[in-house]
Amino acid sequence: MRWVNREPDRKQRLALGAVPILLLVIVYLFAAYARHAVNPVDKILPLPSGMATALWSQMTKTDVLSGTVVFWADTLASLQRLGLGLSIATLMALLVGLVLGALPPVRATFGPLVTGIAVIPPIALLPILFVALGLGETAKVALIVIGIAPVMIRDVAGHVGTLPREMLAKAQTLGAGSWQILIRVALPQAMPRLILALRLALGPAWVFLISAEAIASDVGLGYRIFLVRRYLAMDVIIPYVAWIALLAIAMDWGLNTLSRKAFPWAHGEKH
Amino acid sequence: MSALLSLRNVWVEYGDRIVLEKVDLDVAQGSFVSVVGPSGAGKSTFLRVVLGQEVPSQGSITLNGEPLARECGPDRGVVFQRYSVFPHLTVLQNTMFGLECTKAPLLARLFGSARKAAEAEAIAMLQSVGLGDSLYLYPSQMSGGMQQRLAIAQALIMRPRILLLDEPFGALDPGIRADMHVLIRKLWQDFGLTIIMVTHDIKEAFSLGTRVLALDKRRHDPHAPHRYGATAVYDLELRKDEPAPEPETEAA
Repeated sequence: MRWVNREPDRKQRLALGAVPILLLVIVYLFAAYARHAVNPVDKILPLPSGMATALWSQMTKTDVLSGTVVFWADTLASLQRLGLGLSIATLMALLVGLVLGALPPVRATFGPLVTGIAVIPPIALLPILFVALGLGETAKVALIVIGIAPVMIRDVAGHVGTLPREMLAKAQTLGAGSWQILIRVALPQAMPRLILALRLALGPAWVFLISAEAIASDVGLGYRIFLVRRYLAMDVIIPYVAWIALLAIAMDWGLNTLSRKAFPWAHGEKH
Repeated sequence: MSALLSLRNVWVEYGDRIVLEKVDLDVAQGSFVSVVGPSGAGKSTFLRVVLGQEVPSQGSITLNGEPLARECGPDRGVVFQRYSVFPHLTVLQNTMFGLECTKAPLLARLFGSARKAAEAEAIAMLQSVGLGDSLYLYPSQMSGGMQQRLAIAQALIMRPRILLLDEPFGALDPGIRADMHVLIRKLWQDFGLTIIMVTHDIKEAFSLGTRVLALDKRRHDPHAPHRYGATAVYDLELRKDEPAPEPETEAA
């Protein structure tokens, strides 16, 4: 049978998907044990037991300086920044993207501006944000918004712009005006695309969050990773990175599930 | 015979390319006009002009004596070959869309007793096109024929002065197409519709229409084929004593 026609079933997919991950883990364990055989206090490739101990102490021990349990404080701070940034960017993408895509005069007026902002590397704006907004939470949230909103806006606007002309003509023959087409035709059809844009923006959003936290912060997952890097504390960094990956996967899965539940017509399934 | 729709000296040009030239036409109330012609002869352009999706470069179009608005409006219903129904709405919601837009300018949604009334009207319309059992399906769950039935119901609930059909049955298989012919003929009679249908199926054009228009270029310049546009080269009234095809004279 040709490879293009081999469709693994659910069990096979799980097994196949686990193979490379397991291989990586095994390679890491080999390397880690090899290093520890030479030097029992090696910090570069910590053993699972070392990582578990370090993580457990981060998760349970109250920090004397801040009076908080750092792991949960970091997680809460980062998720709050990320959540705020993602919410603002999503709202902007929906409102701006919708009118930009559906109303040609608005597109002509603001399209070039959005395109212009979208091509600026957001990190290059970080100094401006710090100068303008200070080193507090606002600048970090603003970096995430500036980093992902233009791309999301362009994606939603592009999607709304490619709605078939026939469909818009049909809506008008049914008595719909611009406003009604916006809220009853363009908006609902933009929603699944908005969620997809948000899912794709999760990666960049994490990048901007960690960058902002690494540069100026006193709490947060990115801050912690860059802080303990000074002590080569790989036993903290690796679990933190794994935790970030887990959070990102959970968000992506949640958004995908939401889209399938809320907009079954967009997923080509037998609802 | 009173003309419902009149086109006078209508031209459509894109740059130096002429698509339609000097189209003069009167469509009577209650007629079923089939428009045929070779590919690229401007059949769809003609329909879009009547629909208001396309503005002619010169000439005038009147509907019931009034100049036609330069955009689509609820006085003209349309069914395209594709993309005629809203994929995010169920059958019932699709059919109610027109009523909701007309009666609720701000929210485009109806509530309470107004909603009940609109639902009842939509269900009655859906029953007349044979979709009474599929109220809560999404278009993607239906066959092409059912989607076109829905598109027709959706358009008819607005009671348009003219129903425009752009190759509505072109993508359907022959059995379904025959069913649709019976349906559209019945709706045309029951609702007293005026229909303009573009089709590439000559047989369909003659079996359904009371009048067949053939659009084609009157002249062809091999060095500049784009400089001559299409117009109605044949205009046949059917259902008369002598339906012998005769070329329309140059003066129109």
